[in-house]
Amino acid sequence: MGNKPKIAFYWCSSCGGCEESLVDMAEAIVELSTQIEIVLWPVAADFKKKDIEAMADGEIVATMLNGAIRTSEQEEMARLLRRKSQILIAYGSCAYTGGIPGLSNQFPREQLLKYVYHDAPSVVNPEGQDPQTEFHDAGRVATLPIFSEVVRSLDQVVDVDYYIPGCAPNPELVLDAIHALLSGNLPSKGTVLAPDIALCEHCPRLKTKPADIAIDEFKRPHQHLIDPNVCMLVQGFACLGPATRSGCGGACLKANMPCTGCFGPMSNVRDQGAKALCALASIVAGTTNEEIDSALDGIPDPVGTFYRYGLAKSMLRRKVNMEPTLSK
Amino acid sequence: MPENFEPKILAFFCNWCTYTAADLAGVSRMKYEPTTRVVRVMCSGRVDPQFVLDAFAHGADGVLIGGCHPGDCHYVEGNYKLLRRFRMLRRLVASLGIEPERLRMEWISASEGERLQKVVNEMTAQIKLLGPLELPERFREWDTELHEETFDKEREVVASGQ
Repeated sequence: MGNKPKIAFYWCSSCGGCEESLVDMAEAIVELSTQIEIVLWPVAADFKKKDIEAMADGEIVATMLNGAIRTSEQEEMARLLRRKSQILIAYGSCAYTGGIPGLSNQFPREQLLKYVYHDAPSVVNPEGQDPQTEFHDAGRVATLPIFSEVVRSLDQVVDVDYYIPGCAPNPELVLDAIHALLSGNLPSKGTVLAPDIALCEHCPRLKTKPADIAIDEFKRPHQHLIDPNVCMLVQGFACLGPATRSGCGGACLKANMPCTGCFGPMSNVRDQGAKALCALASIVAGTTNEEIDSALDGIPDPVGTFYRYGLAKSMLRRKVNMEPTLSK
Repeated sequence: MPENFEPKILAFFCNWCTYTAADLAGVSRMKYEPTTRVVRVMCSGRVDPQFVLDAFAHGADGVLIGGCHPGDCHYVEGNYKLLRRFRMLRRLVASLGIEPERLRMEWISASEGERLQKVVNEMTAQIKLLGPLELPERFREWDTELHEETFDKEREVVASGQ
């Protein structure tokens, strides 16, 4: 193995799509494997936590961590990998801004557990058991991590050096990032490793986007036929392109679906949802409450629309008032 | 709710109308609740929804936005842009568990000092009923579930080789 730079991949509260995006590098990953030494990659390689603990602090050149932080175990691993790594990269929307798991910040923990272990139609739990953090049996103790109240982005728990956005990140961005790592040609700390420009600028439909748009009615993609060549906003679909960072290659638009914002905001934006709301609400037609509201009725779930990937990292972070309150 | 709760209301007033109305109220010696902190903006259309959320996140109990009456905007349609954002933002804020009464938008022209007085007093009374929002305190409370100390202790143990 020798002196090849050590790289770790880890996953926390995630779906596995980010792991898929690593595999999507295809042959490039084989070539990379001659230049780097992978020291942790739970989905593909059999390294253990104790292997990482045995390393010196900073021995890993870079860790790419995907997934949001929801449990005490994830928090512990994030802290461990932070300590052992020179560079920690938040990989994918969940690690970057909380991602889809961040949407559960709209519900109290107890409500989530009750649904998942009791009320969901597919649940079979005749004894009505709940998961416990400790289980005693014949003098032995088995433990489970604590399921926390709040979902967090990686940088709400530990210091993060770089961000690779996307749900999932596309392989080109990842390869560029790894090559930058290997060459030592890195941007300043805190940089999001994707173009700092709105997706509209790189959208294949840009030519059909007029200077002024007035939306009478927001339409939902599953209820209408979508013209594959015309700007989504012109057609009345809530496309987050104007407020979302480019770098995905317009993958959703090429598949004839509006942008949902997975690449997060540009660097001059601090709250993705507020800015996306600003971008879309400003181009609604109408000058009275009634006209405006009737257009906006096509967005029945503003949190899910504007904060689909960004609620955990938003200014409010989660639903503010909900019962029951925090249980410790 | 703490006794003597004095709401903190961040107010964004348009330079041409509502800010001038506030000036008029002051010059006319109208008394109103000392609860607003006024930020003068050139147009109510300049009020980014981020400003509103940031205000709440930094401890405001309410946010008041004042602009020119429809048709009177110095920049023709800035107040309509505000109105569209406000209609959506109110719904967003409500779905995130903040009472929509904490966010208010009013058209107040330069001559309507009395209206400004009335709006501020009304909003103050309304927020007094709702109580403090205290988001910075809540953020701190949420983060007490993080385990930093425990892991730092582990780190010391590892570092000292025990």
